[in-house]
Amino acid sequence: MAIWLTEHEHAVVAAAADRVIPPVGGHPGGGALGVADFIDSLLGAFVFDPPRIWAGGPFSGRAGGTASFDEFLPLNSLEELAWRTRIEGSKGMVERERNGAVIGWQQQYRNGIAALGRDFCDISGREQDARLNGDPAFKNLLYTHACEGAYGAPEYGGNREMRGWGAIQYQGDVQPRGYTDREVEGRE
Amino acid sequence: MTDTDCDAVVVGTGPAGATCAEVLTAAGWSVIMLEKGRNHLLSLDAPFNPLGHVSNDELKLVFRHFLGPDPWLEPRTFRSSEDDGDRIYTGDVNNLPSTVGGGGMHADGKVPRFREIDFRLASELGPVDGADVVDWPLDYDELEPYYAEAERVVGVAGDAAVNPYAAWRSGPYPMPPGPDMFCAVLTSEAATRLGYHPYRAPTAVNSVEYDGRPACNNCGFCGYFGCPIDAKGDPVAPLRHALRTGRCEIRPESYVTEVLLDETGRRARGVRYVGVDGTVHELSARHVILGAGAFETPRLLLRSEIGNSDVVGRFLMYHFQTFALGVFPFRLHAHRGRSVTHLMDDPIIPDADAQAAARGAGLPWMRGGIVEHGGASHPITEAIHLPPGEDHTRLMMASPMRDRMAAFTMQGEDLPQATNRIDLDPSVTDAWGLPAGRVTYRPHRHELVCAQHWAPRLETVMKEAGARHTFWATSPPLPEQEARRRAANPSPMSRHVMGTARMGDDPRTSVCDRWQRLHDVENVLVADSSVFPTSAGYGPTLTIVALAIRAARALADLEPLRSQRPTGS
Ligand SMILES: Cc1cc2nc3c(=O)[nH]c(=O)nc-3n(C[C@H](O)[C@H](O)[C@H](O)COP(=O)(O)OP(=O)(O)OC[C@H]3O[C@@H](n4cnc5c(N)ncnc54)[C@H](O)[C@@H]3O)c2cc1C
Ligand code: SF4
Repeated sequence: MAIWLTEHEHAVVAAAADRVIPPVGGHPGGGALGVADFIDSLLGAFVFDPPRIWAGGPFSGRAGGTASFDEFLPLNSLEELAWRTRIEGSKGMVERERNGAVIGWQQQYRNGIAALGRDFCDISGREQDARLNGDPAFKNLLYTHACEGAYGAPEYGGNREMRGWGAIQYQGDVQPRGYTDREVEGRE
Repeated sequence: MTDTDCDAVVVGTGPAGATCAEVLTAAGWSVIMLEKGRNHLLSLDAPFNPLGHVSNDELKLVFRHFLGPDPWLEPRTFRSSEDDGDRIYTGDVNNLPSTVGGGGMHADGKVPRFREIDFRLASELGPVDGADVVDWPLDYDELEPYYAEAERVVGVAGDAAVNPYAAWRSGPYPMPPGPDMFCAVLTSEAATRLGYHPYRAPTAVNSVEYDGRPACNNCGFCGYFGCPIDAKGDPVAPLRHALRTGRCEIRPESYVTEVLLDETGRRARGVRYVGVDGTVHELSARHVILGAGAFETPRLLLRSEIGNSDVVGRFLMYHFQTFALGVFPFRLHAHRGRSVTHLMDDPIIPDADAQAAARGAGLPWMRGGIVEHGGASHPITEAIHLPPGEDHTRLMMASPMRDRMAAFTMQGEDLPQATNRIDLDPSVTDAWGLPAGRVTYRPHRHELVCAQHWAPRLETVMKEAGARHTFWATSPPLPEQEARRRAANPSPMSRHVMGTARMGDDPRTSVCDRWQRLHDVENVLVADSSVFPTSAGYGPTLTIVALAIRAARALADLEPLRSQRPTGS
C-alpha cells in the first residue's frame, strides 16, 4: 500500500534499495527490509496526524514496558514549517524561503525515480547501478534514507521484523531492561 | 514586595540556568525560566515526572533534530577567518540541544573537576605569542566547596582515589562508579602498561538509586540521546528541585530576543521574548540571568547591545579534539553502557617529551586535554559512513565501526584568541527573523602541535590494547587537510563552547566581573561557560555548575560555602 509514492515508484525505490543495500549472506537487503515503505511514509508523513516524523516514547515494548513508539509525537508550528519545507519544498512560499528556495524530497524522488527509467525494475543489476550513478545527488539521498530505513526503529516503516538489526547482531532499543553489568563489562 | 513579575528571570534551562534556579528558589526567590526549545523532559505539574518522550531511537534523536535546534529554523554560520568572506558554511555549528534541559539532555556526563593550575595559567606557565592567556579571577581552593556541592546536586558517581593527577577534594563522590565498559577496560589496561594513568570517569549518571532517580541500566543510548529513565542527573535534578519549591515556573517555546534596560541604561528591567506563535511578551524582573550557553549568550548580548562591546563574543574557545581510533579483531559491544567510562589526564600534565615537542615548535609550553576512553556508535551512523553497494552489506555485518572500534577522544586545551569570535551574521537569519550567530575560528598553533604530538602516542596505546588497524583524525582538521575541510561541515565538532563573555577584574578587557555580573549592567549575571577565561582540557559542565552555585549564592546574599583541605593532600 503506497502512501505518497505511486505503485510503480514504490517498486523502483525497492529495487534501488537492493542496489545500495544489496542482500548478501544473511542480510536481507534494502528491498526486503521495507526501505521503500520507510521512504514512502517519510514522503507522506503529513498524511498522518500527528505526522510520522518522531516516534513516541519512552519504550517500544520490545524490551519490556508499555509499547509507545507507534504513538507519534506532535510537532509545533515551527517544526511543522521545517519538516514540510524539507519534504514538500518551499514552493514559492515566503515563510519557507527565508534563506533561499528549497526543492523538497517529494520532488527530488519524483524526478529522480523518473530519470531511472520506466524499465528500471526489469534491467540487470549492473545497468541499474549505472543509472543510479548517473545522478549522484539523488543516489546519495536515497542511500541516506535507505540506511535510516534499514536500521531505524521498525515503527518508521522499514527494518521489517527487525531483520535489519538481526543481520548486524544489534539489539536495537533496550529500555527499560537495559544491559546487565556483566553484559557491559564482559567479553563475548 | 516588588512590582516585577519575578525576582529573577533565567534565560535557558540547561545546566547553568537550572543550577541558578535551584539556588535562588531555595533562597526564597521567585524565578521564571524562559526556554527557546520545547519541553520533552519532565511534566511541569507536580510531582514533575518524566514526560516519556525521549527514547532509544537513533533516527529521532540523532538524525531528526528531536531535541532541537533544527538547523533549518536556526542556522548558524562559520568561517575560519575574515579572509573567507562572510561565511563558508551555513547549518549546524556546534549545536547543543535547544530544549528544556539544554545540552544536559545529550551529554553523557563525564564531569571531572579542573585542577589548581587551570585557574592560573598566566602566572604558572606564562604567556604564549598570539594568544591571550590569563588567570581566572578565582582559584581552585575557593571553588572546591562549590564543586563538592555540584557533585551532590547533580549526583556524580566516581572514585576519589583513582586519578593521581586530580586536585584535592574535601570529600568522596556521592556514589561509587558504575560498571566499566569492556572496550574501556581493554584500552585503560593497555594505557597503564605503557605508563599512563587512566581512571574510572566521574560521571553524572546514577550508579545506584539517588535523589529519587533510578540507577542507570546501561542502555547505551547515552551521548547524543536523552535518558529515558532519568538516570542522568544534570539538569533534571536541579530543575525538579526548583519546581518543587513552588517558586519556579518554566516557560518552554519562549525565545528571549532582548534584555531590556531601564532609563539609566545601567540596569536591566527584564526581557522581551517571542512565543512560538510569534506573539511578543515582556517580562519584568529584579535580576536577569543568562544561561543560554556560550554560543547564544553572546548573541543575545550583541542583539541587546550590552556588555563590553570590544570583548563580547571574542575569545571563543572549544576543545581541540584529537581522535585515535582502533579496529579490533573481535566485537567490543561499546553500544552498551554510558558511552565513556574511563578518562586519563596525562596529556594535560606535560612530560619531558611533550615539553621538548613544544620547545621544538617554538612554544613555551603545551597542554593537551583529557582522553576519553569510549567507542561505538549506533547502526544508522555507521551505515551512512560506509559506501553503498556490496561493501555496505559486508561491512555492516562485520561492523568495524560500531561493534569493533574503540575510540580515544582528547579534549585538548584551546588557547583564547581575540580573533576567534561569535558575532551576528550580516544576512543569514533564523525563523524568528533574527541574525544568525556566526563563528570565526582558527586554532592556534599550540593546539595543532599538541594534537600532532599526542595522536601517534594514543595510537600506540590502541595497538597495545589489541587493535589491528589504527588511525587518527582531528576536529577541526589540521591545515594540510584543508581541502577536505571545505567539502563538508568545516566547523569544529566540539560541543564544549567557552569564553565568549569572559570574566575578569578589569572592565576594559572582560565582560563580567568575578561574580559573573556584567561590568556595565549590574543586575545581569552570566551563568554559563561564556565566562571561562581559559578552556582547560576538561569537560566544562561541572565547572559551569560549580560557578553557577557560587554566583547565584552570592546574588542571593547567602554565606559563601567553605571547605577544608584534608591534611596531607
Ligand atoms: C553529545 C554531547 C556530549 C557531551 N558530553 C559532555 C561531557 O561528557 N562532559 C561535559 O562536561 N560536557 C559535555 N557536553 C557539553 C554539555 O552539554 C554543555 O557543557 C552544557 O550543556 C552547557 O550547559 P549550559 O546550561 O551552559 O548551556 P546549554 O546546555 O546549551 O543550555 C542553554 C539553553 O538555553 C536555551 N536558549 C538559548 N538561547 C535562548 C534564548 N534566546 N531564549 C531562551 N532560551 C535560550 C537553549 O535552547 C538551551 O536549552 C556534551 C554535549 C553533547 C551535545
Ligand atoms: S546509559 Fe544509563 S544514563 Fe545513559 S541513557 Fe542509558 S540508562 Fe540513561
